[in-house]
Amino acid sequence: MSVLAAEVSREVALGLHRQMLAIRRFEERVYTLYLEGEIPGTLHQCQGQEAVAAGVCANLAKTDWITSTHRPHGHALAKGVSMRSAMAELYGKVTGCCRGKGGSMHLGDPAVGMLPAIAIVGGGNTVVTGLGLSFKLRKTGQVAVCFFGEGASNEGAFHEGLNFAAVKQLPIVFVCENNLYGASTSFDQVSLVPNVADRASAYGVEASTADGMDALAVYDAARVAIDKARSGRGPILLECKTYRFIGHSRGDARGYRSKAEEAEWLAKDPIPRIERDIVRMGLGTEADIDELRRSVEDELEDAILFSRESPLPQVSDAMEDVYA
Amino acid sequence: MPSVAPTERKISIAEALREGIAEEMRRDPSVFLIGEDIGVPGGFGGAFGVYLGLPEEFGRERIIDTPISEKAIAGAALGAALMGMRPIADMQYSDFLFECMDEMVNQAAKMRYMSGGKLKAPMVMRAPVGATQRGAQHGQCPESYFCHVPGIKVVCVSDAYHAKGLIKSAVRDDNPVLVFEHKMLYGSKGRQMAGGMDLTCHVPAEEYTFPIGKAVVKRQGADLTIVATHICLYRALAAAEALAADGIDCEIIDPLTLVPLDTETIWTSVRKTGRLMIVHEDTLTGGWGAEIAALAAEHCIYSLKGPIKRVAAMDAPVPCSPILEEAVIPSQARIAAAIRDQMNQ
Ligand SMILES: Cc1ncc(C[n+]2csc(CCOP(=O)(O)OP(=O)(O)O)c2C)c(N)n1
Repeated sequence: MSVLAAEVSREVALGLHRQMLAIRRFEERVYTLYLEGEIPGTLHQCQGQEAVAAGVCANLAKTDWITSTHRPHGHALAKGVSMRSAMAELYGKVTGCCRGKGGSMHLGDPAVGMLPAIAIVGGGNTVVTGLGLSFKLRKTGQVAVCFFGEGASNEGAFHEGLNFAAVKQLPIVFVCENNLYGASTSFDQVSLVPNVADRASAYGVEASTADGMDALAVYDAARVAIDKARSGRGPILLECKTYRFIGHSRGDARGYRSKAEEAEWLAKDPIPRIERDIVRMGLGTEADIDELRRSVEDELEDAILFSRESPLPQVSDAMEDVYA
Repeated sequence: MPSVAPTERKISIAEALREGIAEEMRRDPSVFLIGEDIGVPGGFGGAFGVYLGLPEEFGRERIIDTPISEKAIAGAALGAALMGMRPIADMQYSDFLFECMDEMVNQAAKMRYMSGGKLKAPMVMRAPVGATQRGAQHGQCPESYFCHVPGIKVVCVSDAYHAKGLIKSAVRDDNPVLVFEHKMLYGSKGRQMAGGMDLTCHVPAEEYTFPIGKAVVKRQGADLTIVATHICLYRALAAAEALAADGIDCEIIDPLTLVPLDTETIWTSVRKTGRLMIVHEDTLTGGWGAEIAALAAEHCIYSLKGPIKRVAAMDAPVPCSPILEEAVIPSQARIAAAIRDQMNQ
């Protein structure tokens, strides 16, 4: 149980649980649908990392913005992209959140405060500074969150974005999902500094770390960071230690990591964990949890049906929106 | 071209590249590989498996895995090249070349010239191109950006025989050489399942190189010259076969090198056929097809019976939805329609 978790309300705890479950089940169904040939392209999925997306986004208003990566499904759902429009985007349908033009790696929707996810590693880390800059210049009180992987912290963009945000004191939280591997490469092979959070001090940026397998802990740490950023004491770097339960992209046999390591992390699965916490802390019952499961399944089935029945884009759409 | 029976030893482009790289690494200890996810045990052997098996033979000292830092990859390759080594750098997707445009364009391309000819930068940069239902940031064909930069050679490989011969020539070349390969053409199992074609062809097991700057005529014909690379080359060949029944006889040239361009082979063909079409998956405006068209207008306009035609990707980012992607990049049908059109002009 996390230290501050006692302060968490029933509403928040059940909300985090439902969000993580929605992401997990979305990812699992999407993988099957991909294997069955219903969903084209490729997939970078986030099973195991749900607590980060859910815990961070639960602290954001619809008017706050996020940037995401090649692995955006969880971020999108947590920020409020509807399951229907996320699923339809994966199907390449015109009803998708990017009208079929973005695809899996570019999920996003301005209506809920999410740029099309940026699939260039580190790409969001500079763009997010402009979001923060505009919030600051216009004194809107909005916050921007930049999700990125530990691998991205070796791109120049990570350093330029962080330093720029620091010197301009921008209302940004840089959320690093440290899942130990960038594709097949473990972080210890490509960084002598074990924690991405340690890099923040080089730019005079405050940093914290959280157990990324514990949604309540992430929620708590993100709340502190986002509050600070909103009150003009940003930017902050929040590093969440997590693990992807699946391959880097579809068809990755994960030969570069051990079964023992995988088992160790699978035991930290954030979903059963919050279920245990909810019951133990008296925030909800098994019956509440079952009810959430059913409602997630219903939403998922509806999203799949909606996507199947949605029309494809028109060929003439191809040349639409190249320019504004 | 292979002098032996084409059935003798068929391998894929990925295998041919691997073989060519391995031969060069055996021959010259100054050759090394550098890139992301290229030699990790249990990993991928590079984004498209080209390096599988190489770490076992050459060790991870010479198969250098890097952080996700394209600027460092290109910069380190260039620096080592300036010190007399012969690095082969790897971009997982050519879209990521934009991360290291400074190292490629401001540095690599200009070191020879800025030093008054005192330095040379014999580096190879491999970069996979092409749309494969991955959307706008993983499907571009950025060859033309680099054709514009004096000091860089630009190679496009489209079959296994030339892949091996050209990668070896690229390693031995004293200039930065960008080698663009098409993701759908590697010929690995996965590609074929993903709708890629079987592109295995005869590749001699022994040493050979194929010169940079030399085009090949892939199909002889009398009516129309088509210059095409990568997957468009195969679509043009298929379109030409289909149209042969209607009495349209296309000559098809794979330029193989875009810079320096083998204009001799192209002009000889254009002077024979009197018609020129260029097909590429890169977008139309400012694409390398425009350069060939302009050069043809300068050098053989009086041999032309009608306008030069370009078939290229539409001027849009690559959309993800398959129906849109197919619409944007040149299909066999679009090429065939363009050929008919041109023959009627
Ligand atoms: C600039 C750039 N380089 C390389 C890649 C290829 N690539 C995609 S994801 C990835 C690993 C990213 O690792 P990390 O940032 O830790 O995120 P994770 O995949 O773990 O979510 C790589 C190398 C890319 N998309 N963009």
